[in-house]
Amino acid sequence: MTLWLLIYKSLRQHALSTSVTAFSIALAGGLLMSVWSVKEQSQATFTGVNAGYDAVLGARGSKLQLVLNAIFHLEASPGNLAWSDFEDVRKNPNVELAVPLAVGDNFRGYRLVGTALDFFERSEYAPGKHFAVKPGGRMFDATLREAVVGSFAARKLGLKPGDEFHPFHGLIFDEKNQHSETYLVVGVLEPSNTPTDRVIWIPLAGIQRMSGHDPKAATDVSAVLVKLRAGSAIAGFQMDMMYNKQGNRLTFAWPIGRVMAELFDKIGWFDRVLALISYLVALVATASILASIYNSMNERRREIAILRALGAHRTTILSSIVLEAAAISALGMLVGFVIYFAIVSGVAAVMRTQTGVVIDPFKFKPVMLWAPAALIALGGLAGIVPALKAYRTDVAENLTPIS
Amino acid sequence: MPLLEVANLKKAFITPDGSEHLVVNIGRFALLEKTQAALQGESGSGKTTFLHLVAGILKPDSGSIRLAGEELAGLNEAARDRVRATTIGYIFQTFNLLQGYTCLENVLLGMSFGPGPNRAAARELLKRVGLEGRLDHYPRQLSTGQQQRVAVARALANRPKLVLADEPTGNLDHRNARESLALIREACQEHGAALLLVSHDREVLAQFSDVQQFDSINQGATAEVGT
Repeated sequence: MTLWLLIYKSLRQHALSTSVTAFSIALAGGLLMSVWSVKEQSQATFTGVNAGYDAVLGARGSKLQLVLNAIFHLEASPGNLAWSDFEDVRKNPNVELAVPLAVGDNFRGYRLVGTALDFFERSEYAPGKHFAVKPGGRMFDATLREAVVGSFAARKLGLKPGDEFHPFHGLIFDEKNQHSETYLVVGVLEPSNTPTDRVIWIPLAGIQRMSGHDPKAATDVSAVLVKLRAGSAIAGFQMDMMYNKQGNRLTFAWPIGRVMAELFDKIGWFDRVLALISYLVALVATASILASIYNSMNERRREIAILRALGAHRTTILSSIVLEAAAISALGMLVGFVIYFAIVSGVAAVMRTQTGVVIDPFKFKPVMLWAPAALIALGGLAGIVPALKAYRTDVAENLTPIS
Repeated sequence: MPLLEVANLKKAFITPDGSEHLVVNIGRFALLEKTQAALQGESGSGKTTFLHLVAGILKPDSGSIRLAGEELAGLNEAARDRVRATTIGYIFQTFNLLQGYTCLENVLLGMSFGPGPNRAAARELLKRVGLEGRLDHYPRQLSTGQQQRVAVARALANRPKLVLADEPTGNLDHRNARESLALIREACQEHGAALLLVSHDREVLAQFSDVQQFDSINQGATAEVGT
């Protein structure tokens, strides 16, 4: 009890330096946990999102571009492939499901993607989970100019069943490029927390035959989502060989997770730089604890001498200083969690807007345990230097003048 | 049997010019239980050093300090801390209250390293010294006389057998000095603690029947007080 009273009183007596150093620890801890959590969650989410498919078939080009375009609805399509290519892959005995996608238009910045009803009826965006339309809506009729809007896009655009809109040409919104066709919103999808939520879905033919598009490409598709039959593990290798090694017209991006993992490998240095910055901030914050307590030792010498005169052991004084330093870190980490939630919530909002990928600021990550523990331990270590100074305080010299 | 027995006690300090300065050199000094005695000496005579040696704050170069049957000179620092926390109460000229702690907390700290904190006993002590209405006041909110009263309460908090008072009235005006001294003496008597007071103030010393010249016992002389 006495030890805690000593620590509490000291923290109160040095409230300003306690607050400043605790805040620097809070920044370090919040930053460290944020970097770690965002890295882990985004990596897991981006490599895990595949809309239930194993591969993407598209025009010859970058696999990453193909996946980003067809799965994440980012980037431009690397090009079109002919309907016959879609038919070929659909009929491949190793393929359970092939769904064509066509892109090229938007509505106020949100992509229109043309697809077949199979995408909604047979896809599982997560094990056992199918896309569903919210009550009061229905799926589009593949023969009509109808649209089903992803939940996020619907919220942002204010679209609801019964609304009509004119698409705009291209993937980037430009008011001058409005198409003349009118589309009727017939449903809004239930949230899936996948990039699908950011898309306006229309029948495949809608994109293919939109006014202003090249009539010669009216049967082309932008990409084909491919789900391999269960148990045909070797099929992916065979199709990889067939399209990527032996062929030279098309690209078969398989498996989707590995393509995304390669992206993270390429930008891994960025994570490491952020982590390094966090470690440096943590070190500076820890050093600030050392400096603030050490600098206060002169004014504390008399107090320490009085405590010793009352019978306090040297080790009690040493422990109180070390624990005080650790307590500053612990206080800092409490604020650090607030900073963490603020940063990750901000990042999550931006990420959701830009990619449709959702990360959860409240999802538990081991970093939430080891980062506070490490910073509190570092704080305690930082307290050792001033604690040793306190330990060596000469009682008689600091108690009262020798007469 | 004396509560405090000092024999052949020596303590020297190294001066800035490197020479050794013998500050304490006592042949024999004894103080009986529950008695009150005063040592008279001028500033710089070594009185405070002597009290620090008796309290175990300083370790003697040679000699013996026997307190309540325990030989202090042979104990390590931690053991001397324990003796100080359980057997000795200390009253300083400058009160030495902890400024960030309330009156009650200052008295509780006087117990913490010995018998352990007891809020009821701490309140009772502060009531005894007339500060029952100032429990949650900080030292800066008290007069100097009141601060010394808190120091007296703290010195008695661990139910000591010996109270050491180092010029306890040196920072007080005449009225407060007289009242404080009376309080210290009464409180020690009530708690069954012996009192060893050092001072150069003749008015203070006049209150004691046993007054020893510190200079004379600090030159190897023998003194037994409280007999």
